[in-house]
Amino acid sequence: MLCKLSFSNIRRSLRDYAIYFFTLMIGVAVFYVFNAVSDQVAMTRVDSDTREIARFLGIAISSTSVFVAGVLGLLIVYASRFLMKRRNNGFALYLMLGMTKGKISAILLLETVLIGIGSLAAGLLLGVGLSQVMSALVVSLFEADMSAYHFMVSGTAILKTIIYFAVMYLVVMLFNSAVVSRFKLIDLMQSGKKSEQIKLKNPWVCVIVFVLAAAMLGTAYYMVGWRFTHLSGSKFVLCIAAGLAATFLIFWSVSGMLLRVIMSMKKVYYKGLNSFTFRQISSKVNTMVFSMTVICIMLFVTICSLSAAFSLRNSMNRNFKENCPADYELSEYLDEPYEELDVLAETQAIGFDVTKYSDDCVHFSTYGDENFTFEGFCGKHFEELMDTFTAVNGGIREQVIGIDDYNALMKVFGRETIELGEGEYVLACNFKGIEKIRNEVLEDGAPITVFGTALSPKYDECKHGFIGISAQPSNMGLFIVPQFVVEGQTPMADFVIGNFSASDEAGKKAADQEIRSIYAEKIKGGLRPFSVSSIGGYFGFTTKQEISSGAIGLGAIATFLGLYIGLVFLIACGAILALKELSESVDSIGRYEMIRKIGADESEITRSLFRQTGIFFLLPLVLACIHSVFGMKFAVYFLEVFGTDRIASSIAATSVILLLIYGGYFLVTYLCSKNIVRSKR
Amino acid sequence: MELLKIQHIEKYYGNKSSLTKAIDDLSFSVEKGEFVAIMGASGSGKTTLLNCISTIDRVTAGHIYLEDTDITALKGRQLGRFRREKLGFIFQDFNLLDTLTAYENIALALSIQKKPALQIDQAVKTVAQQLGITEVLKKYPYQMSGGQKQRVASARAIVTEPKLVLADEPTGALDSKSAKMLLERFRYLNTEHSATIMMVTHDSFTASYASRVIFIKDGKIFNEISRGDDSRKQFFDKIIDVVTLLGGDVNDAL
Repeated sequence: MLCKLSFSNIRRSLRDYAIYFFTLMIGVAVFYVFNAVSDQVAMTRVDSDTREIARFLGIAISSTSVFVAGVLGLLIVYASRFLMKRRNNGFALYLMLGMTKGKISAILLLETVLIGIGSLAAGLLLGVGLSQVMSALVVSLFEADMSAYHFMVSGTAILKTIIYFAVMYLVVMLFNSAVVSRFKLIDLMQSGKKSEQIKLKNPWVCVIVFVLAAAMLGTAYYMVGWRFTHLSGSKFVLCIAAGLAATFLIFWSVSGMLLRVIMSMKKVYYKGLNSFTFRQISSKVNTMVFSMTVICIMLFVTICSLSAAFSLRNSMNRNFKENCPADYELSEYLDEPYEELDVLAETQAIGFDVTKYSDDCVHFSTYGDENFTFEGFCGKHFEELMDTFTAVNGGIREQVIGIDDYNALMKVFGRETIELGEGEYVLACNFKGIEKIRNEVLEDGAPITVFGTALSPKYDECKHGFIGISAQPSNMGLFIVPQFVVEGQTPMADFVIGNFSASDEAGKKAADQEIRSIYAEKIKGGLRPFSVSSIGGYFGFTTKQEISSGAIGLGAIATFLGLYIGLVFLIACGAILALKELSESVDSIGRYEMIRKIGADESEITRSLFRQTGIFFLLPLVLACIHSVFGMKFAVYFLEVFGTDRIASSIAATSVILLLIYGGYFLVTYLCSKNIVRSKR
Repeated sequence: MELLKIQHIEKYYGNKSSLTKAIDDLSFSVEKGEFVAIMGASGSGKTTLLNCISTIDRVTAGHIYLEDTDITALKGRQLGRFRREKLGFIFQDFNLLDTLTAYENIALALSIQKKPALQIDQAVKTVAQQLGITEVLKKYPYQMSGGQKQRVASARAIVTEPKLVLADEPTGALDSKSAKMLLERFRYLNTEHSATIMMVTHDSFTASYASRVIFIKDGKIFNEISRGDDSRKQFFDKIIDVVTLLGGDVNDAL
C-alpha cells in the first residue's frame, strides 16, 4: 500500500520532480564521467609519464569529488526540502486520515529510494555514454591517438558514484524524517493559504545600502585587481569576505530599488502587464536574496575556473611548442664560477653519454660577473620590481653568454641567429613581469660593463630568447655579448643541448626512453656527479618528452578540474533557479488565470513569463560576470608565468559551456512554466 | 435596445456514458442599461451560463450575441480583445492580484488595453471616488477588508467602461453590511452611469437589488420576474415566493 502511494505520488508530481530528477541524473553522470577519466587516460597511452599523470589526475579528481559531493549533497537536500514544502497539503490529508508520522516518513523514504535508484541508473547510463564523448577530449588533451581507444566502462568509477550518492540520499532520508517528525497539522493545513505579505523596503535605505555595497565591492575589486601585490593572506580573505557581503547587500537593495525605479517611470510601469511582471520579479528576488548570492558566487567561481583552466591549457600547448625546440638539455648551474666545470665530461666519466644518441648538439658555458648583478642592471627600477616580485634576489649575477655560443644553439633550435656589433649586447628575456622592467631599463639606455668591457644595448627592448628548454617562458634574463668578452672567463653554468639523431618520431621516442633509463641508473636521485661539494648548484637532465608530458598533464589536469567544478556548479545554480521559478509558476496559476479573465492576450502572458524567467536567471549572472572581470584580472597575474595572451578564446569557450548549461536550464524552466500557466482549455 | 441576446444555448459536460446537461436550451435577452440577476441553486447551471457569456467557456450549441457580435464564434486573440474591451468581471473571491496594490489592480485593466499612463491615472481616481475606495488605493489586498476588496474588484471591472458587467456571486464572501454597501454601489452605477449589469447569485436579498430576476433550474429557465414600480421590499417578497416554488433548494435566503 505504501509502495503504491509512493509510486503514484511521484507520478502525479512528475512536473515538480522532473527538474529534480533531471538534475540528479546529470549530477550522477558528471560524477561518473570525471571519476572515469583517469582510467581512460591510462588506457589511451601507456608510457610511464602518462601513467604517472593519470595517477595524479586520479588523485586530484578524487579529492575534488569529495568537495563536489558536498555541493551536490547540499543541492539535493535543498531541492528535496523544497519539494516537500510543496506537498504540505497532501501530508496534512494523510495525517487527518490518521496516518502516523512514521508511515509518512516511510512513504518519503520509499520515494527517495525510488528516485535515487532511478536517477542513479539513468545517470550512470548517461555517464557511460558521455564518457565515450569525453574520451575524445582525453585524446585531444593528451595528444594521444584515437585508435588506441575502445569503449570502456570504469567499474571503480561506478562503484564510487554509487557509494557517494547512496550516502547523499541517506542524508536526505534522515533529513526528511527529521522534518516529518516536526510536522504540526495546523501549519500544514494553512501552509497554502497564507497570503503573501508585501513589504516594500524603504527606498532610501535601499539606496544607501546599495551605495555602501557598491563602494565595498569597488574597494575589493581595486585591491584584488590592481593592488594584489600588496595583499597579504589576511587582507585577501578580508577582500573575499567584503565581496561576499557586498554581493548579498546588492541583491537585497536591488530587489527593493529596481521596483521603485520602474514604478517611478509611470509610462513603463503602467504599460501592458509590466506592473504585474515587475511585481512578480521583485517578490521572487526578495525571497531569494540569500540563494541569489550563493548562485552568483558559484557562477563567478565557474566562470573563473573554466576560463583559467582553458587558458592554462591553451598556453601550455602553445608555450611548449615555443619554448621547447630541442630534444634534450643537460645542464649544471653553480652559485659561483668554477674553473673545471664541464658537464659533458663529468657525465661521460660515469657512463652517461648523451652525445652517443645525438650528432646535432652544442656544448657551451655561460658566465657571471660579480660586479654585474640584477639589482645593478635595474638601477632605479629595482624598487618597482620589488613591488611585484617580493621574492626577487637582487644580488644574483646576470647570466652572460658569448654570441658564437648563442648562435650555435640557435642553429640546433632551428631559430634565427643574431648579429652583434663590437660594443653591443642583446638582452634576451621572456618572463612577462621581469621583461617589462627590463624593457624600461633598456629604454633608458642601459650601458653595462661586463668583465671590464663596456657595452650598450643593440635594441631598446628584450628579445625573446632563452637557453634551457622548458614548457613555458621562464627566461628572466640572458645577456648575449661579443664572444671576446667571455673568452678566458671562468664558467658558472655548463650546457649540452641537442636533438636526437633518429629521424622519425618513434626513433626519437626510443632514444628518449633509453637515455632516460640510463640516466636513472647512472645518476641516482639526480645527484650531481660533480665532486666539488663546497659550491652550491643545480644539475639536471631533461628531455622534450618529459617536458611535453608534464605540460600536457598540467594542462589536462587543470582542464578536467575546471570543467568538473564548473559543470557541477552550473548544474547546481540552474537547478536552484529552475526549482524556485517552477514552484512560483505553480503558485501563480491563479494570478495568470485572472489576468486572462480580464482579457490579456496569451502572447502577452507568455512575454511576461519570458521576462520574469529571463531577469530571474540574468540577475545573478550579470553580477557574476562583473565579479569575474576583476577575478580574472587577478587570476591572469598568477597565470602570467604560463602566458595569457589568448585568454579571449578561453572566455569564449567558457561562455559556450555557460550558455549551454545555464541557458539550457533557463529554456527548460521557461517552457515548463509556460506549460504550467497555460489555460486548461 | 437589446444588448445581449442568448439564443438556444446548450452546454454538455462529460462523455457519452455520463452526460451532464449544465445548460439545456436556454434563451433570453438583456436590454441596455438593465440590472439583471440570475438566480438558481448550486448546480443549476448559472455559473456555467456566466462562463459562456464571458467566453471563459464554450457553448456546445446555440449563439450568444453582444450587440451584433456572435461571441460564440470568436477565437484566440479576438477573445482576449473582446474580454478586455467589452466585459467587466466581478468574482465571488475578488480575484485581485495579491502582489499589486489596489491602484495597480485597477490600472492593470486599463494598461492591458494599452491606454496611456496619464489617462489611466485619471480614470482610476475617478472610479475610486465613485466606489468610495480612494483611501485604500495604496493598500495591498491583504491589508483590506472583504468589502473593500470587492469594491476594488468592481472598480477594476467598470474602469474600462465595458458594455456589460458580469458579477458571479459578488456578495458571496461578504458580511451583510459590506454586501449592502456593494449592492448600493451597483445600483448607483446602474442608474447614474447606465451600466448594464448581469449578476449571478443564489441570495434573494442580493437579487432584490436588480431590476429583473431570471430563475434557472436544471439548466432551463424556470421563471422570470421584473421589479417594475415595486419597492425593493415588495420585490424581495416576490423573489422569496418564486424561490419557495423552486423547491427547498434555495433555503438559505435571508
